[in-house]
Amino acid sequence: MSTGTPEGWQRLHPLSPVVRGGRATIAIFILLIPIALGTDRFSNATPQLVITGVLVLGGLVSWLVTRWRIEDDDLRIETGLLRRQSLRFPLAQVQAIDVVRPGLARVFRVAELRLRMAGASGATARLAYVAEHEVEPLRSQLLALARGARHDEADLEPTGEPERPAAEEHVVATVQTGKLVASIVLENWWLVVILAGLLAGFAASPHTVSRALRGVGFVWVLSMATFIWRRFNQQYRLTVAEGPDGLHLRGGLVALTAEVIRPGRVQAVRLVEPFLWRPLGWCRVEVDVAGRQRRKGEGEAQRGQLRTLVPVASRALGVELIDRLVPDRPRELSPPPRRVFWKSPLRYRALSWGRTETCVATTSGRLRRVVSWVPLEKVQSLRHVQGPLQRRLRLASVHVDTAGRAVHATLRDRDAAEAASALAELTDLARAARRRPALT
Amino acid sequence: MPALLAGVGLAVAGELSGSRVAYGLAAAALVLGAISWRFVGRRYGSWGYAEREEDLLVRRGVMFARLSVVPYGRMQFIDVTAGPLERAFGLATVRLHTAAAATDARIPGLEREEAARLRDSLAELGEAQATGL
Repeated sequence: MSTGTPEGWQRLHPLSPVVRGGRATIAIFILLIPIALGTDRFSNATPQLVITGVLVLGGLVSWLVTRWRIEDDDLRIETGLLRRQSLRFPLAQVQAIDVVRPGLARVFRVAELRLRMAGASGATARLAYVAEHEVEPLRSQLLALARGARHDEADLEPTGEPERPAAEEHVVATVQTGKLVASIVLENWWLVVILAGLLAGFAASPHTVSRALRGVGFVWVLSMATFIWRRFNQQYRLTVAEGPDGLHLRGGLVALTAEVIRPGRVQAVRLVEPFLWRPLGWCRVEVDVAGRQRRKGEGEAQRGQLRTLVPVASRALGVELIDRLVPDRPRELSPPPRRVFWKSPLRYRALSWGRTETCVATTSGRLRRVVSWVPLEKVQSLRHVQGPLQRRLRLASVHVDTAGRAVHATLRDRDAAEAASALAELTDLARAARRRPALT
Repeated sequence: MPALLAGVGLAVAGELSGSRVAYGLAAAALVLGAISWRFVGRRYGSWGYAEREEDLLVRRGVMFARLSVVPYGRMQFIDVTAGPLERAFGLATVRLHTAAAATDARIPGLEREEAARLRDSLAELGEAQATGL
């Protein structure tokens, strides 16, 4: 970024390949240690040196051929030596801009900018890496451009001093570490039980257990450990703040992330109460933004996962947050008819739905209670489905499809007549909601 | 249809080899074919679509009756596919895609001209009423 080339093209930070290499970089350093210390004879070290040389050269070349610039309303990124790629990202379609700082990036004081784009094939534009002090101005500039491009404001000057949203935001919630740990343990209590069982077994007869662990068990334990670690790492000291350009999320233990969720881009909101959290009155608020289940260039952790707004909060706080996101939400939800008991005996108490002029809400889950809200202007399509058992009981379900990844509000097991009228009603309301000028 | 073919094939095989099992299987396949004939007929009867002013209704399924409402403004793209069997009978399948992965609007077994007409009119309507995410 500091190295400008003609025509406004900019390069990434020179240390980018080092940081991008991540673990490989660390491995190279470890490889080089014996050579540097002179404990190894030089002839023995040749292969290591060759490998290192090739990797360093590759990194250098990849840095040299990658450049980016802002063209009108687009972000252009050019990359690749043999397979030259020129990527164009229209800023009007930006859903959110995240700042990610993995551990190594923090050491070198650089950060990655991630632009989440809308659309079914929605790719993520990544500027990895940019010097730390340039990240915030650049992000504000991109966000301002994204807003300007959408509103077609001719008077917006792209090069002007961008506003600093950080100054005028106010913090809504911060997650306490103790609470986060407790919440993760309580939600995944079965994991804890299994681990404890394993440890107990290990104490009793180390031989059998270790043999079992060496096989599938080991992989399983490892994957679970990474899962929990990742969650903890992401959600550590997560702070939600309200700014002029949307909700700001910041947090992380080793890898710091900062992202902005723009209002009007939220496809659905969900309040989740896992079973063991309920006595404590805790809940989690998740939002769904546009994009398919799996997107290229996204980390494993984000796959099929919702954006967690608050990993754990008291119910009152959760409700307050939801009030901000969906101001006009239904207050009263109606339960399904009694005969649903014969179809889903466990679930039927938890099922209900309600709607206002702009929003539809559904609940489900007997043990892990989930309430979903979908703004009607975000509805993509509606489906009325009736299975054989439902027909017997004169029931039907209505699915509300959104462009989000995981929230599918479903009016499950309603009276057939009610479902039919709900389908017609929601179709009309969604049409009216689309017509209304967007809030942002 | 495959059951019918299998039945005839097995009957011929039974005739040639004189084994009783093959005859039994043939009879079973024929009965199955006859039953599935009815189901195919019913399923065919369940397919339907209606072009309304602002959205498309697509209906299908007997056991699991599905009715989808897809607003024209929400359509992202339209697929027209024709497999080898469909091609042999001059048919095509039209499928609508929205930004939601769950949208399941498929109209199978359209005459080719009708499919092309539907595709064009849907594309036109979609463009006219397109809305952002």
